[in-house]
Amino acid sequence: MSPRLALCAIVLLAIVGGAVAIAWGRSGPERPHWEGHGIKPPDKDFPLPEIVSGYWFRTKETQAIQDDDFNNPGFFAVEQGEELWSKPDGAAGKSCASCHQDAATSMKGVGAAMPKWREALHKPVNLEQQINICRTERMQAEPWKFGSAELTAMTTYVRFQSRGMPVRVRIDGPMAPWFERGKQLYHTRNGQLDLACASCHEKNYGRNLRADFLSQGQSNGFPVYRLRDQRLVPLHERMEGCIFDVRGIPYAPLSDEFLALELYLAWRGTGLPVETPAVRN
Amino acid sequence: MKALGCVVGLAAAVVSPAASQAAPPLPPFSVVVKDGVATIPAPLTSEPGDPKAGATVVVDRQLGNCLSCHEIDVLRGEEFHGDVGPPLNGVAKRWDTATLRMIVVNPKKVFGEDTVMPAFYRVDGLNRVRPEFVGKPILTAQQVEDVVAFLAALK
Ligand code: HEC
Ligand code: HEC
Ligand code: HEC
Repeated sequence: MSPRLALCAIVLLAIVGGAVAIAWGRSGPERPHWEGHGIKPPDKDFPLPEIVSGYWFRTKETQAIQDDDFNNPGFFAVEQGEELWSKPDGAAGKSCASCHQDAATSMKGVGAAMPKWREALHKPVNLEQQINICRTERMQAEPWKFGSAELTAMTTYVRFQSRGMPVRVRIDGPMAPWFERGKQLYHTRNGQLDLACASCHEKNYGRNLRADFLSQGQSNGFPVYRLRDQRLVPLHERMEGCIFDVRGIPYAPLSDEFLALELYLAWRGTGLPVETPAVRN
Repeated sequence: MKALGCVVGLAAAVVSPAASQAAPPLPPFSVVVKDGVATIPAPLTSEPGDPKAGATVVVDRQLGNCLSCHEIDVLRGEEFHGDVGPPLNGVAKRWDTATLRMIVVNPKKVFGEDTVMPAFYRVDGLNRVRPEFVGKPILTAQQVEDVVAFLAALK
């Protein structure tokens, strides 16, 4: 089944969620029709009545760019990542392919289950961190800097191997305290505007914040191609932006705080199909 | 309910500042609980509020940016009115001026701790504020008065 078909299948399974009564179209006629596109939460204590991808909160035009692999500018990163995959680097003279062979097989599903516990480090790692662990420890290569074209391209390429697969992270065992930390951070207000992630993405999705149509702030499309920036944006950069915009001091990319938030966000998107590379405005 | 009319506290004393971001307190003002609702009857400044200047503050994205969450029909000349909060049309029929002032200064005192509306005249009890905004309320006392004058005219 193609990823696009997988998405459609999920739409067919969709439930019309919650009693969120939205005064329809008060702010203009062009609001996307996100209702009815959610999937069912895994249990009844879930914080959202329905789980909806950010895709459905964007305009038809933006959705169309994402849907067409030939037009989706995020595919430049997929291609760049594919080249880097088999390019040797570092003192060990190895490439990713030396150990992991064909990414389509070895990396299938990996990106849908990150962040993941790493016993050797006694902490979870996300994709960016795992890629750099392999570079430094297995290839004797320099780590790629967060936000570099290389790291974002490789992250995109690896996550792309899970496209269409449902997001599912472990939150039990040693992950439990990280999950709790992420949940707490999600509900902590930041900045002069004193807003938490939940203020916008849990209480007010489906509403307009001036020109911005608020989604649930899901992470299933990351790294996403932002039309505004004309490049791929990793999740931690997006979270930085959201805290900066409320006049708060963002946590550092790849910090423990953002890792905990990434875990919690992934759990909030349980079952959503990986869309990498998604397209957003 | 009988009017209570008791002074409950000075703004500066309500919440202790976050240890890492201690900011000098704002000039004090009196919060008066009337019929169970917090209000600020006395203006924050001696200069009366100017509703026209208030409209500018309400629109400006760096100042009130009230349009990010509220629709206001008299400002339909502006694009993009949000709907996170209720429309403010006719708001002066729902709240008197003293309560409107309290809502702008610190809406948590009127709507409860869970409200997403920011406090526009408050510097304490905040978390991880960017250094350039520490100790500064979103609006100056005069801008609060201008916004209140604008709201009081929405009948
Ligand atoms: C010398 C062998 C070697 C090389 C080269 C290597 N890796 Fe790895 N990789 C491993 C091993 C072994 C693991 C298992 C986890 C661990 O011990 O870190 C792993 C795990 C991973 C995982 C997590 C898989 C999972 O199931 O959770 C990802 C993603 C990954 N590598 C990506 C890369 C990328 C991208 C490159 C190239 C930049 C690369 N690796 C290069 C050996 C290697
Ligand atoms: C003041 C409101 C506001 C707050 C608070 C906020 N965001 Fe956002 N966020 C936005 C807007 C606006 C967008 C872009 C439109 C959309 O997808 O909602 C966005 C987008 C996102 C996205 C991208 C969604 C996608 O599908 O591409 C993620 C992820 C996200 N936010 C996470 C967070 C996290 C985590 C926090 C807390 C640290 C947070 N946001 C706090 C307003 C906010
Ligand atoms: C982040 C969103 C947000 C912003 C920005 C915001 N408000 Fe609000 N406002 C709300 C919400 C939500 C409510 C509803 C009260 C509640 O939380 O239950 C509200 C309620 C109000 C009310 C009471 C309305 C009624 O009919 O009862 C007034 C008056 C008001 N706001 C004025 C303002 C003014 C003036 C500004 C700009 C200086 C502003 N708001 C900025 C979210 C916001």
